[in-house]
Order: sequence, then C-alpha cells, then structure tokens
Amino acid sequence: MRLARGGQIDRGQRIAFRFDGHRYEGFAGDTLASALLANDIRLVGRSFKYHRPRGILTAGSEEPNALVTLGQGAAQEPNLRATTLELAEGLAARSQNAWPSLGLDLLAINDLAAPFLSAGFYYKTFMWPRALWEKLYEPLIRRAAGLGALSGRANADRYARAFAHCDVLVIGAGPAGLMAALTAARAGADVILCDEDLRTGGRLNAEALELDGQPGADWAAGVTKDLAAMPNVRVMTRTTVTGAYDQGTYGALERASPAEAARPGAAQETFWNIVARRAILAAGALERPVAFRDNDRPGVMMAGAVRAYVNRWAVTPGQAVTVFGNNDDAHRTAADLLAAGVHVTALIDSRPDATTALDVPFYKGAQVCAAHGRKRLEAVSIATTSGIDKLRTDCLAMSGGWNPTVHLTCHMNGRPMWNPALASFTPTPGAIPGLTAAGACNGTMSTHGCLTEGARVAAEVLVDLGFKPADTTIPQAEDAPYRITPLWTVPGKGRAWLDFQNDVTVKDIKQAAQENFRSVEHMKRYTTQGMATDQGKNSNVAALAVLADATGRGIPETGTTTFRPPYAPVTIAAMGAGGQGAGFAPQRFTTSHRASIAAGAPMIEAGLWYRPSYFPKPGETTWRQSCDREVMMVRNAVGICDVSTLGKIDIKGPGAAQLLDFVYTNTFSTLPVGRVRYGLMLREDGHVMDDGTTARLGPDHFLMTTTTAAAGQVMRHLDFVHQGLRPDLDVSICSVTEHWAQCAVAGPKSRDLLNAILDAPIDDATFPFMACGPVMVQGVAGRLFRISFSGEQAYEIAVPARYGESLFKLLVGLAETMGGGAYGLEALNVLRIEKGFITHAEIHGRTTAFDIGMERMMSAKKDFIGKAAAARPGLVDPDREQLVGLKPVGAVKQLTAGAHLFDRAAEATRENDQGYVTSVGFSPTLDTFLGLAFLKQGRARHGEVVRMVDHLRGIEALCEVCDPVFFDKDGGRARG
Amino acid sequence: MAEPAKTPALTLTPTTPCGAMLPLRIGTLTLSEVDPGHLTAMAPRQGGALGAALSAAHGLDLPGPGRATGTDAARAIWFGRAHVLLMGPAPDPSLAAQAALTDISDGWAVVRLEGAGAAAVLARLTPIDLRPTVFPPGQTARTEVFHMQAAITRLADDAFLIMVFRSMSQTLVHDLRTAMEGVAARAGD
Repeated sequence: MRLARGGQIDRGQRIAFRFDGHRYEGFAGDTLASALLANDIRLVGRSFKYHRPRGILTAGSEEPNALVTLGQGAAQEPNLRATTLELAEGLAARSQNAWPSLGLDLLAINDLAAPFLSAGFYYKTFMWPRALWEKLYEPLIRRAAGLGALSGRANADRYARAFAHCDVLVIGAGPAGLMAALTAARAGADVILCDEDLRTGGRLNAEALELDGQPGADWAAGVTKDLAAMPNVRVMTRTTVTGAYDQGTYGALERASPAEAARPGAAQETFWNIVARRAILAAGALERPVAFRDNDRPGVMMAGAVRAYVNRWAVTPGQAVTVFGNNDDAHRTAADLLAAGVHVTALIDSRPDATTALDVPFYKGAQVCAAHGRKRLEAVSIATTSGIDKLRTDCLAMSGGWNPTVHLTCHMNGRPMWNPALASFTPTPGAIPGLTAAGACNGTMSTHGCLTEGARVAAEVLVDLGFKPADTTIPQAEDAPYRITPLWTVPGKGRAWLDFQNDVTVKDIKQAAQENFRSVEHMKRYTTQGMATDQGKNSNVAALAVLADATGRGIPETGTTTFRPPYAPVTIAAMGAGGQGAGFAPQRFTTSHRASIAAGAPMIEAGLWYRPSYFPKPGETTWRQSCDREVMMVRNAVGICDVSTLGKIDIKGPGAAQLLDFVYTNTFSTLPVGRVRYGLMLREDGHVMDDGTTARLGPDHFLMTTTTAAAGQVMRHLDFVHQGLRPDLDVSICSVTEHWAQCAVAGPKSRDLLNAILDAPIDDATFPFMACGPVMVQGVAGRLFRISFSGEQAYEIAVPARYGESLFKLLVGLAETMGGGAYGLEALNVLRIEKGFITHAEIHGRTTAFDIGMERMMSAKKDFIGKAAAARPGLVDPDREQLVGLKPVGAVKQLTAGAHLFDRAAEATRENDQGYVTSVGFSPTLDTFLGLAFLKQGRARHGEVVRMVDHLRGIEALCEVCDPVFFDKDGGRARG
Repeated sequence: MAEPAKTPALTLTPTTPCGAMLPLRIGTLTLSEVDPGHLTAMAPRQGGALGAALSAAHGLDLPGPGRATGTDAARAIWFGRAHVLLMGPAPDPSLAAQAALTDISDGWAVVRLEGAGAAAVLARLTPIDLRPTVFPPGQTARTEVFHMQAAITRLADDAFLIMVFRSMSQTLVHDLRTAMEGVAARAGD
C-alpha cells in the first residue's frame, strides 16, 4: 500500500506497467518491487525446487525470490530481480517457474514430495539405472526445477564493452563511499565512484537518518552533485562492480537507464574493465534472515528492506506489521513504521535484556517460531517464556543481524575473518592487492563510523599515491553502537529456510552433517547451499552457523566458503559485447572483393580473409562445373587470381641475406638480384613452419612471400629471430602485405596478356622463369614476379593497393577477351594438386622436410633454425609417413581428404593405419580424382594399390600410390 | 553463347580504403577518412643518425616511444619497436642512408574521429588509458581497436587518428560506428 506522504518518488509522474498480464501503476522512482508492493501484490514467484509461493524478501540486488522475466521473443531476459528493476513506462514483467500460473502452480506438488527431495537426493535417487539419467531423470528435473528461460534465439539488442582508468575506484556510494570519493576527489585524484543502485546514498536512502540536520538522502544527493561537477570524477550509478582481478582490474556491469536504453543505437548494458591504482570497497552490509518454520511465506521480509520501502518508496508492505530481531537495528523498523502511520502489531526481540521506549507491544526474549498463511502471511506464532502466542499480521520484518559485503575481497582466494562482536565475517586486509575496505563492509556499523572511516581510508590511499589529502569535515550523524546477540535458527518442527533461492533448509544442513559431509565445501555441494545465482548472499553465514552447531565446532573452525566473480549475475551478452555473429573476428577483404562479389563468386574464409571460391558462369549449376572450367582455362588460355592475401615481408639492410640464410633451410645469399627462389622454413623443433618464395629486389633488399595462413606467424618468427637470436644483424623487417595488391596471371597466354598492359613489354629472354623486377603498369610503378603455383607459365603482378580493384578488373577483362578469366580457390587448389605443390594441408605442423620429400633443401653448408632438431633419428625414420600421390583405380572413383589408408587386405582399424589423405580434387586435365597423402614408407611404395577408407563419410576406394607430381613432371610448361 | 567480351579501358584508377563508407556524422561526433599522403616505415640503421636527418629534411623531431611529432602536413609517429612512420611527404632521399625506408602508403586505412565524446567512443574499443593526463595530444600507441591491431594517435583533446590494416577498413568503420551510436545514445542526442 502506498503511503500518503514521503518517499523519493515523483508522484506527479505515473508509470503504467504490467505484471503477469495485469495492468498496474507506479511512480517515477519506483522499482518493480516497490510498485508491486504499492499495489498490494505479495506473491511474485515460485521457488526453484519445491515451487513454494514466494514474495519479495529484500530491496536490493541480493533478492533471492522476486525474479521475473522481461521482454518477448529474442530479447526475452529471464531472472531479473524485481528489486533492482527500474519502473519504466510499458514495462511488462512475467513471473517464472510456475505452471500453469503463479497462483495455481501444479508443480507445487513437489512441496508435498519434500521428504523425498532432501539434501543429496539427486545423488541418491538417480544413481540407478544409469541409462535413465540422460533420457529421463535429467530432462524431468530440468523441466520441474529451474528459473526463467531464454528464448533460444539470437538477441538483436546491443550491448557494449568499455575500459576506464582511474587513481581511485570507490565501490559503493553509501556514506563511506561518498566520503571516500569526496576526499579523494578534492585531493585531485582521478576518481570513479560506482554504485549498483540508480542513485547514490546507499542505506541513507532507506533510513530516516539525518546528517548535519538534513535528511541523509539529501546529503548524499548534495555530495554527489558536487562530485559530478568535478572534472576528475566519474560517478557511475546503475553500475555493479562484479569482480576483482589481477593488477587492479575490476569488472563492472552498467545498466543503461530506461530512457537511454530506449534510444536507437544504445547499449542495454555495458561491461566495464576498470583499471584502478587503488580501490576502496564501501559495499555496505546485507541483512540476514532468521530461520524459523515457513519463514519463506510472502510477507516475511527483511527489516531493513521494510524500512527501505517505507522511507524511500513510501510503500508499506503490510497493514499490520510485526517486527522481529536480535539487534537494536531492528527497533528502528518499528519506529519508522510508527512515524509513517503504519500499525505495528508487535516488536519481538530475542534478547532477554532488550528494552524499548517505543509505544508498541514488546516481547523481549521471545522468538517468532512459525509463519502462517500460504500465498500471503496471515499470522505468526511467537515462542515466549510463558508459551506460544499467535498474532495476526500480514508482514513480518525480520533481522538476524548484518553481514558485511565481503564478496569482492574473496575474488582472489582471500578468506574473510570471523568477528565475534558482529557475529559475522569481515574482510582480511590485503586480500585484494590495492583494495581497502571501509564502512559497513569492514564491520563499521554506525553512520558516523562509516563516514569517518571512508574519509580516513581515502586519506591513507591518497598519501600512498602521492596526493596530499585536504582536511575533511565529517558530518554529524548517528553513532549508535551495534548490539547483537546471535540468533540463527528458532527450534521447532517443520522446515525452516536458509537459502531461499535454492530451497535449502536447516534440516538439509543437519542431514549433510549427519551423512558426514562436514566440511563446509562438501556441505555446500551436497545441499547446494549458496550455489544459486545470489551465491547465498542472505544465507551463507547462517548455514555455516547451523553446520558448526551440528558438528560441534565453532564458526571460525568450521571455516567459510568463498565467493567468486561475478558479485551479481552478468549477462553473457554484455561480457561478449560486439562479438556476436560476424563480430567474432575482423573481416579482411581484398581490394578485388567487390568485383568478385559482383561476379557472383561465393566467398570462402581463409583465416580472417575472404577469398572467392569460384566464379560461376551462366548455365553452371554446380561448383565443380565452374572449377573444372577455370582449371582448363588456366591450362589452355589464361586465368587471373587475386593472391594479395599471401604474406609479403620486406627485409632490408646489410644483414638481410644472412638473416634469410638463418631462417630458411636453403641458401638465399647466393640469389642474384632480380631472381626469385623457393624457400622452406622450419620451426626450432625441426618441423616445417612455412614455405614460399623470396625475391631479391636489390643487394640488401629482399621480399619474402608467406602462405596466407602463416603470414602472422612468420612475421612474429622473424621478429623473434632478429631481436632474440641475431640482434647483431643490421636488418629491418616490415610487413607490406597490405600495401601491395597482387594478382596471379597464369596460363599459356599470360605473357600476351601482360604485354597488353605493361608500359614496356617483356619476353622470355629478359624475364625468364623465376625472374622478378620493377615494371610500369599504365604509368603505375609495380612489381612483376615470374613464379607459378599452377605449373603453367605464370606471373604475379603487384601494384599499390589503391589500384588493386582496378588492376583486377583490367586483368580479368583482358583475360576474358583471350578465352580466360578469373579463377577461385577451388581451381587454384586443383591446379596445385595436379602439380603436387604443398599447402598447409600438407605442412600442417607435424611434418618434416623429410616427410614432404624436400630433405635435399636442407643445406649442409650452413646452420639454420631447426637443423639440429630435424636431424633427430625419429624425424628421418624411413618408416615415417611420406608424401605421395593417389589415383583411384577401383570401382569407386572418389577420394576424400581426411580419409585413412590401409593395406589392401588389412582390416580398416586404427592399429592397421598406414597414413591419411590431406588434399583431393578432381582433375579435369587428367580426368580423374587426384589426392595427396602421407603414407608409411610412401616413396618406396609407388605403384602399390592401397585402400582408402573414410569412416566418417562411409567412402572406400582403391588407390594407386604414385609420385605426387601428376602433371608436367619436368616443369617445362612453367619455364615457357 | 556468351557475348564476346569487350576490351576494357587500359587505365588504373585508385580507390581509398574506406571509400563511400565515410564520412559519418553521429551526434556530436564525426568520422572521416584521411588521405595521409605518403606513409613510409623508417627503421633506423645501426649507428645511423635518423633524428638529425629527419629534422634537416622534413623539420620533424624524431619521436620517442609512444610519441608523435609534426602537424597534418607532415608527421612522424612512433610505430612500434625500431619503427617510425613518416606520414605526409615523400621521404627525402637523404633519409635512406640513416634508415631502411619502406613504402606502406596503401597498407593502412587512416581515419579521424573527432568531436565531444571521441575518447568515450574509443574507450569502448581500446584498452589503453585515454585520460588526458596519460594520453595527451601528441601521444600515440600501437594497440587494439576491438579485435584489430591498430595505431591510435591523439591529435587534440577531442580528435584521434586511427589506423588499421587496409583490408579491415569495413570492420573498423562498423566497430567505430557502433561505438559512436552507443555514445550518442548515452548523451541523449
């Protein structure tokens, strides 16, 4: 029910919203939870396991019960806490985990089956028969127990990632955090102040406390305004610091305000990486429930939350409220309710020596031992020294004391320490390097204490960072001592709830102890205590106390479970923002990309690059038709292929030739200027790293070509070799891959085509096979290389990338007038297989120069990287799998890459494996499938027939082993 | 039968890395392509005196690590270990004796992000500390722009020069546009 006066809400701004299809109204400043309570909605969800009716328990992010789903379709978002959801016009929330409806949930039958669903029941029940687990038990459990669901579709909403840096990160903007931020900011430090709430102030917004004679919330607003006006301060509300990581890095999740979220292009959430030289944790404390029979009934709430609803949102969660606690703080609840004109049924304090000056029925040394009602609280039973009293009430405000919010201090494996005076845990100093706790999260419970400690800790941090802290005046505020006598559970029959989100009771913990799961970590896993999305924020300490009691140990001896990031749930969409779909990796496009797309070429991804697969012509219905045509076009006329994606590394300096001799197996210092040589590069371990051609453009100037796939790896390798192994060499290494657009011009008519565009024609005498040199192309300075990956007379012509698109179009246009045209990767692959040229399908990281038949390229006259390792006996064992060619000779004419090879008569089992197929293609030139493969002792087995078995595709073929060079063995065509 | 192909015009025409994708204007922010003129990677030779030669030939100070010198007409930008990028003029031949010079003019997409909130846009894409005290005008970094390796130079409080490999220009514009839209939505424009 909404109170007539007060609250930090804008009564002039009504907001309509829906819950489970019904329309309600709230005010600007409401959360969904406060608006539901204002509309007298008590039942908001069903519990995880037993489908018990549940209401709102808290007023913050620790809420275990009031989880709802927002949005429809792809944007559906489950498990949002009603207590942190800002009310916005049109908001439509749905309850979760109930069927068919929240009011009538048939799965509540689970609650009747509770004796069978106790701790460890999964482990005990579903052991047998084993086969039923996956098919029957797990799907059933998943349907019955659970939270909200995702849509299963890709969400089109935007999310963002961002980075921020500061001197001091202040986590939490309550009294301690505000004072810390103010102190740090006034000293000139760069400050980031984060708070998960939509406004700063923390408990000051929830309490009727005054600072320097003004309402606490007003003081907080004033300080925040001052802070926001300072250029060195960033105030980030709606921002939950979710994790503490190495070297002062913190993760934080920021929710966009409803107004921002509605704008086009806005990110719904932003996941921040904040790097801070120092952090001050001022996260406050969380109130804990008391465990008694049916303490989970809707209407049983945390006392601090009741005060928050009354003071901040002017909502009373009940008409007749009972207050129950074990500490002085609880008394404030009764006082605030009375001040707001709400009827207080009774104030119950479990401490026998408690006193009160309030004009309410007062029970001291008494305990609430049961809640009554099902979908809403109707009455409570009170155990007094004289017996059981029953009181009619529709809201119980309970307080078992406060637990400092130590979570972040545990994120790097720190364990908090037990503090008997607080009956709770406080952070261990230094648990997170560079982070200091201040205020309630450090066990300082009074407002004045928090203000003072915030300022003091900030001053210490500032001195540490070399800033000079200014004197800070601490506002006057309450400074009452925190008095508490622990009360964890109220004895009695029935189920008393600890972990509301995972449905764990006192009995479950005791049973775990009885069954010898006495270690706190074992108890946690056996009962699932604290393993829900709220990580047991309300319940872990009480569960620990119950375990300690059941095992006859003290709490410090029992130990504590730890907390891991994230502090509060984080959407994967925010963490992986920008990485959905094509955002997963950058896309690299060649300069001819548009022309290839315009020609209808399907693209294939080669690393980050997109390359045309084939260029379909009218009438061609399969890729094979296009590929066959393109191969024959290269063999008979001329083909054009953009090869710009190959790595190009410019190597200059007096030490260039020496560097190349060191990284290649063969010698480059003897290469004449104006010539190109094929080179093979090994890793230090003796296996092949990459191959390619290197051209000598000048005495001290080489241009290395790498494969597309290994361009980055080779560049890194060269940098490592130069910087780490041969820093003495005066040489510079620079990638020019992207500066040059390069096209292969391949086929018997390639020279004729080139002579149509070169400013000065070339001939075989001046430009023989493996020549290179500068050329002018229609007035543009380019480079020409006579190299061939097709086995035909072929060239690669390079021009600065700005002319790449134009050059490609020009070459393809001319080729088409000569019976040729563009060819794609499929044809390129067939052409090189026909010639037995290798790619990374063959040099896949586990093959040696010996394996690929290039051991003679390993120079005996010099040292080179990988030489020693390549000579190890195991790497030159004749029994190793060696590169061979394959041709089908049986009834099945198809070969498949990835298939394995077996002796003709042997069974196709792992033990009999003789090798594997790396590359296949249909050769229109030779009218047969061809394959490259690695076969044990392969070079000695040419002419033998082996069996190819592709277990995955179910294909078998008999193949003849042959030389890997199928076509033009003497290479006459390339030499022209 | 296919039509007989026509002989294409024998001429080469240049395109720029970003072409029609830029300029963009979103809220207070603009993103435009920069014609950087010549880009020359200069790697000082052992025992060379590139600083003096650069100063004499182009009036530019040799930048130390993380620094950029010069103006829009001619800049020298630290470009990673043992590399300085000369942006603008063709390198004076006298530099060749002091440094290995490599033409990479066409290898990079160069864009300029400008306007109130430019740093907030980049903060969504790069992990480096962009606070004016740490990364003032004249500061440069080889770093990441989302998944791409990049070079970022601060030209003014609200202006940055951003370079990525030419082939990634489409991803660069996409990523910057997304971040610009997010920042503009936050500002409420």
